[in-house]
Amino acid sequence: MKAGRFDLIPVALVAVVTLGALGLIRTPSTWVTLTVAGLAMGLLIFIMASGLTLVFGLMDVLNFAHGIFIALGAYVAASAMKAFGGGLAALAPAMLGAMLAAGALGLLFERVIIRPVYGQHLKQILITTGGLIVAEQLIHVVWGPDLLPLERPEALRGALLFGDVALERYRLAAVLVGLAIFAAMALTLNRTRLGLLIRAGVENREMVEAMGYRVRRLFVGVFAAGCALAGLGGALWGMYQEAVTVQIGAQMMVLIFIVVIIGGLGSVTGCFIGALLVGLMANYVGYLSPKIALGSNILLMVLVLLWRPRGLYPVGKS
Amino acid sequence: MPSDLLKLAGVHTRIGQYHILHGVELAVPRGELTMLLGRNGAGKTTCLRTIMGLWRASSGAIELEGRDISKLDTPAVASLGIGYVPESMGIFAGLTVRENLLLAARNGPLDEARLDWIFRYFAALKKFWHLPAGNLSGGQKQMLAISRAIVEPRKLVLVDEPTKGLAPSIINNLIAAFAELKKTDTTILMVEQNFHAARSLGDSVAVMDSGRIVHAGRMAELAADAALQNRLLGLSLEAHQ
Repeated sequence: MKAGRFDLIPVALVAVVTLGALGLIRTPSTWVTLTVAGLAMGLLIFIMASGLTLVFGLMDVLNFAHGIFIALGAYVAASAMKAFGGGLAALAPAMLGAMLAAGALGLLFERVIIRPVYGQHLKQILITTGGLIVAEQLIHVVWGPDLLPLERPEALRGALLFGDVALERYRLAAVLVGLAIFAAMALTLNRTRLGLLIRAGVENREMVEAMGYRVRRLFVGVFAAGCALAGLGGALWGMYQEAVTVQIGAQMMVLIFIVVIIGGLGSVTGCFIGALLVGLMANYVGYLSPKIALGSNILLMVLVLLWRPRGLYPVGKS
Repeated sequence: MPSDLLKLAGVHTRIGQYHILHGVELAVPRGELTMLLGRNGAGKTTCLRTIMGLWRASSGAIELEGRDISKLDTPAVASLGIGYVPESMGIFAGLTVRENLLLAARNGPLDEARLDWIFRYFAALKKFWHLPAGNLSGGQKQMLAISRAIVEPRKLVLVDEPTKGLAPSIINNLIAAFAELKKTDTTILMVEQNFHAARSLGDSVAVMDSGRIVHAGRMAELAADAALQNRLLGLSLEAHQ
């Protein structure tokens, strides 16, 4: 019984970008700092983007309002951190609150906004964009229009020094959290029947239904879980920036869409590798040539799509 | 004569502005393999998809063991014990052979004895057990699609053109597998263009034209009557071999 081989070329691409940057940056300590920053940024983008790619893959839903779940997570985390004293102990309720609030809003959003427009891409774009605008205004009503501080707990401030290499504690924590979430998702998708159903549904929804499974229910669960992850990502990203505005999600959407597209629509592994590439590129280019930092990621997307038009890990849609 | 497991009465199906099925009357006897024949575009695939609820019948009744299933959605229809092999095969390319079968086993873990029975006819599936199904050849994919439909005992298996585009040796393999499946009293409704396969396997036959059943009877009678074949299918079925 032969085993299938995992495509390692996109993984090698991450290594090539990382080692290539070392050649251009030349100072190893700076390179290490930028690499950790890039990995942290990439993994936070992965947390925010992973739900979106599954939602698109499973039900062909284009959700342009994904940023609102990121913003809501960040706001709830900011309020919870303040309410629980802002220490390390406040972190758990803040993150849990962010996930619950974003997940609950996701359930409502799916019911009211998404469900009437299944299979209608143009209407999905219009109505989710409209939903985004309305939800942003509602956030203004609750939290006000001003920038909200979201300070890190004392234990996650400052840097750890390894010789002349300084690594921010929060970035290291973000890397660990991101890796843990990827591992949990990979385990769920590859080792459970639920994951099997999600992967099959992303490929061929109709056939999964013809086998007796209700994909619509599965989708609602995935949508809510994806929104909860976006909320967590928003909370972590807000803490990364130490401030929250209602635009925090919308500002990330360009990078999130780039990650989802270059990863391969519906592919969590592709989303993970794509997010690492985007995070690393943003940091390396931001250091080497700040003016073209955002443009570099669009260039990355163009190059990846020229190489693999359906993304790094295309999902075998049928 | 065996009783009818599945009956379609006056089934109409419209897809958008197109009216595809025009009052289909079809009976599928229990424990038999019924061949659904007809020219391209006659409505055979639409008929199977309508039974599965993938396209909703706009009127008429679809009865499984006397129960009208025409208003049920696809998962509910499948849960009644109906296996479906679409014309496109519907393989999950990114899932391994094992995972494809695991998903198809709705009622629990894979039955090892049944798997061994399947491997007797489709040995390639055992060989490529952990390989992504997208890496299989066309014939192997068809074997997997059929195996998925029968990985558990089913009341009824709907199969859409299983021999399409396959090499003769693989077709013979499939015929042998279906012949063996028939011995388990599984009821099968199969759309087929290859008459060699149709004649070898079919107990009864229904011929469709322009969205209607224009002939129904025993396969042996149709196979023996060249004039009837010519009238129903446009040319002698011998020419399809």
